[in-house]
Amino acid sequence: MDIRLSGVSHSYDDFEVLRDISLEIPSGRIVCIVGPSGCGKSTLLRFLGGLEKPSHGEVLQIGAPPSDCLNPLTYIFQDFALLPWRSVRGNISLVLEDHGIRGARADGIIADVLARTKLSDFAKALPKQLSGGMKQRVAIARALAVNPAVMLMDEPLSALDSQTRELLMDDLVSLWTRTPFTAVYVTHNLAEAVRLGHSIVVMSRRPGEIREVVHLDKPLDQRQYGDTDLEEKQKYLWQLMREEARAADAELVHV
Amino acid sequence: MSDLHSPSTAARQVTFRGGGFAPSSPRWIGVAVFAVLLGLAELGTRQGWISPLTLPRPSDVLLTFQELYASGLLWAHLSVSLTRLLIGAALGASLGVATGVLIGLFSYVRAGLVPLTAALFPIPKIALLPLFVIWFGIDEGSKYALIAFGTFTPTVVATYGAVDNVDRSLIRMGQSFNLSWFSIVRKIVLPGAMPGILSGLRISLAIAIILLVAAEMLGAEYGIGAYILEAGSLYDLERLFAGVTILSLLGITMSTIIGQIERRVLSWRQ
Repeated sequence: MDIRLSGVSHSYDDFEVLRDISLEIPSGRIVCIVGPSGCGKSTLLRFLGGLEKPSHGEVLQIGAPPSDCLNPLTYIFQDFALLPWRSVRGNISLVLEDHGIRGARADGIIADVLARTKLSDFAKALPKQLSGGMKQRVAIARALAVNPAVMLMDEPLSALDSQTRELLMDDLVSLWTRTPFTAVYVTHNLAEAVRLGHSIVVMSRRPGEIREVVHLDKPLDQRQYGDTDLEEKQKYLWQLMREEARAADAELVHV
Repeated sequence: MSDLHSPSTAARQVTFRGGGFAPSSPRWIGVAVFAVLLGLAELGTRQGWISPLTLPRPSDVLLTFQELYASGLLWAHLSVSLTRLLIGAALGASLGVATGVLIGLFSYVRAGLVPLTAALFPIPKIALLPLFVIWFGIDEGSKYALIAFGTFTPTVVATYGAVDNVDRSLIRMGQSFNLSWFSIVRKIVLPGAMPGILSGLRISLAIAIILLVAAEMLGAEYGIGAYILEAGSLYDLERLFAGVTILSLLGITMSTIIGQIERRVLSWRQ
């Protein structure tokens, strides 16, 4: 299943956030969206999953999602969004219960996703007992449980410290290598973008427009921390963004 | 700065200034305060520097309490009072929680009922007792109604505040996983609002006890309020204080029970 954005513009009252965004998200690839703060990249992600409606343009789903897919468009949030009163297991079973999956079938799915995210020993733990990195792995496990056609990741590693971020990037890469998934990955961190993106969409500051789409051909599992060619790409991206970021930083916050 | 090793600069311990502002509550101190106050009252009334007209002797109050217990009247008063309290408070609190959740979820209910609640909240409910007597009859009905009404308004306010405070990102998460509206309310909104609802119940139940006594003072044969009123009109200070002690114990019990419920239901909190 592919996703296409065509001519998407959005404004809150007379405050223009996004202008004429057209983008194709091909299946089986990770598309990163980078841009200065306030460029509307998170808003764009909310359009993709139907949590918000753009004022102009349309978001299209092309082709049907696979039949075993419970929730085609599935988010992973920056703040994890785990229910603090449910255990790790309970947080995952939450998203299965509404599909009538209970008992042995649910146990099977939960055991599988916990194993894939290396959380098998923590099924009974409460979120307050987990570190930030583990919380985000629970959120990833929860997303995997519904077998998404497209993962929509909103700065998933931004709340974590840099070491944990490296570890989780490795985890995401190995998850993708084992079973390639489609993902839209919003971040302001260029290092994450060059590690995880098959293509990187660079946005301008508000009103957000697409400045350039950079493609990376190197396979994900061959990209390493500190690779020189990735550093080159990152430098190039930073040059694209530098002035925009400076200007965005100097803008007054609109509330 | 330039002269780090100069022998003339004396080394001095950095003064600690980060203390205080973190009260804890050692258990025995609360008991000790009670004991000291009672001890002073006992001592004063025995030695005569507190006249028995101003304050009854604590040991006499205890004796009265024992008599009350032995005569079986304690249970007669307490059982009717507890029944009124439980039925009234259960009615008021459950209706209050339900209304509060509806206000928290639906715009029209909110627009319609928030001003109404604000108008009802400051009315001293006891002033409405004559009205309740006409509506619900002179016996138990009007007392249930008074207690229920008194618990209702604070519960509503606490509940919709609690629902408003539920983390929106969790609700957004529920929607993003296509949970049904009913599931989101039951599995995300209600548990998320539980801390606020329970702390609101603490206040509502204290109000319920106050209204219970007020209602019983205005017309009841049995009940702690009736007992206190009778003692008061006879100037029987021992019995008056025995009655008041029962009320205090009732309050402490209520608050302990809610504390236990909180510890059980809210164990997930940091």
